[in-house]
Amino acid sequence: MMIAVPAYDAAGFGARAMAGGWYSRLETGMQATNQNGGGSVGFDEAALVERARTGDDGAFAELVNHYERKVYRLARNITQNDEDAEDVLQDAFLKAYTHLDNFHGDSKFYTWIVRIAVNEALMKLRKRRGDKMVSLDEDIELGEEAVTREIAVWDGNPEQTYSQEELRKHLDEAIQSLKPTFRSVFQLRDVEELSTEETAEALGLSVPAVKSRLLRARLQLRERLTRQFKRKEDDAFAYL
Amino acid sequence: MTRLLTCKQFMTELNAYLDEETSPEERARLQSHINECPNCWVVVDTTQKTLRVYKGVEPQVVPQDVSARLMAALQRKMAEKKGCC
Repeated sequence: MMIAVPAYDAAGFGARAMAGGWYSRLETGMQATNQNGGGSVGFDEAALVERARTGDDGAFAELVNHYERKVYRLARNITQNDEDAEDVLQDAFLKAYTHLDNFHGDSKFYTWIVRIAVNEALMKLRKRRGDKMVSLDEDIELGEEAVTREIAVWDGNPEQTYSQEELRKHLDEAIQSLKPTFRSVFQLRDVEELSTEETAEALGLSVPAVKSRLLRARLQLRERLTRQFKRKEDDAFAYL
Repeated sequence: MTRLLTCKQFMTELNAYLDEETSPEERARLQSHINECPNCWVVVDTTQKTLRVYKGVEPQVVPQDVSARLMAALQRKMAEKKGCC
C-alpha cells in the first residue's frame, strides 16, 4: 500500500550550486504556464529532468511550475481539504527534489510525482481520520444496488453551457461524493490518465481491484452529473 | 447463434467498451446490445460525457500564496543542500 520513496542519497544532488537567478525566471515563467494549466509549448520533461539531475535547480523549478496545478488538484481531490492539499503539494515536490538521484527515468517524471503525491495524500487522510485506516482494499462488488438510476440524456454539452469555473464546481462536488477508494482510482486513471497498471501500483491495489473501483466510480459520477446536467422534464426521454 | 447480453452483463463490460479494450467480436456484441437498448445507450453516452468533462476541465490555478510558499520551501531546501555538501 505504501509507496516507498527511494532512500535519500545525501552525496548526490546537493553538491551543485543553485542556478543563479532561477527564482526570478521561475516567477515570470509561472505566470505563463499557470494560465494555461501547465502549457506544454517548448516543454521537454526528459531534458528538464536530466538538467535537474545534474544540478540545475532552475530546471527543477520549471518542472514544479509545469505540474503544480495538476498535483494540487490531485491533492485537493483526494484529501478534500485545502490545508492538507498544500502540505501534500509541498511535501511531494520537496521529496521529489531530495530523491531526484533515485529517479532513473523508468517512468515519466509526472507519473513519479503523482505517485509521491498520492502517497502523501493518503497519509494525510489517515492522519486526519485519527489513524483509522482509509482502506483501499475493501471488497467492491458491482452488486444489485442501482448505480444507474438516472437514465436521461444530458442537455447539450456542459463544456458549452457552463464556464470553466462553474463546471469545475459541479465536477468537484460530484467527485467529493465518492468514497476515497473510488475517488483515488478515478483521479489517477481518468483525470491524470495513468494506466491501469500504474494506478494499481500507485495505490497498492491489484489490477482487477482498480478495474472494479473504476467502474463504480465512473457510474457514480455519471449518476451525479446526470442529475445536474440532464435535459429537463419530458425532454429527458426524447431518445425513446 | 450468439446469445443477447442482459443489461447487467453489459454493465460489467462497460469499462472495456469505453476504453476500447475488447476484441472486435466482443465489441460488436456490446454494440448490438446498445443498438437495441436505449437505457444502456444513454448510460454509455453520459458516461463518455462524464469522462470527457473531467479530462477537459482545466485545473484551478494554485492560489498565489500557496504557490509562493511552495517556492519558498523549495528554495530553502535547495539552499540547505547547497550548504550541506
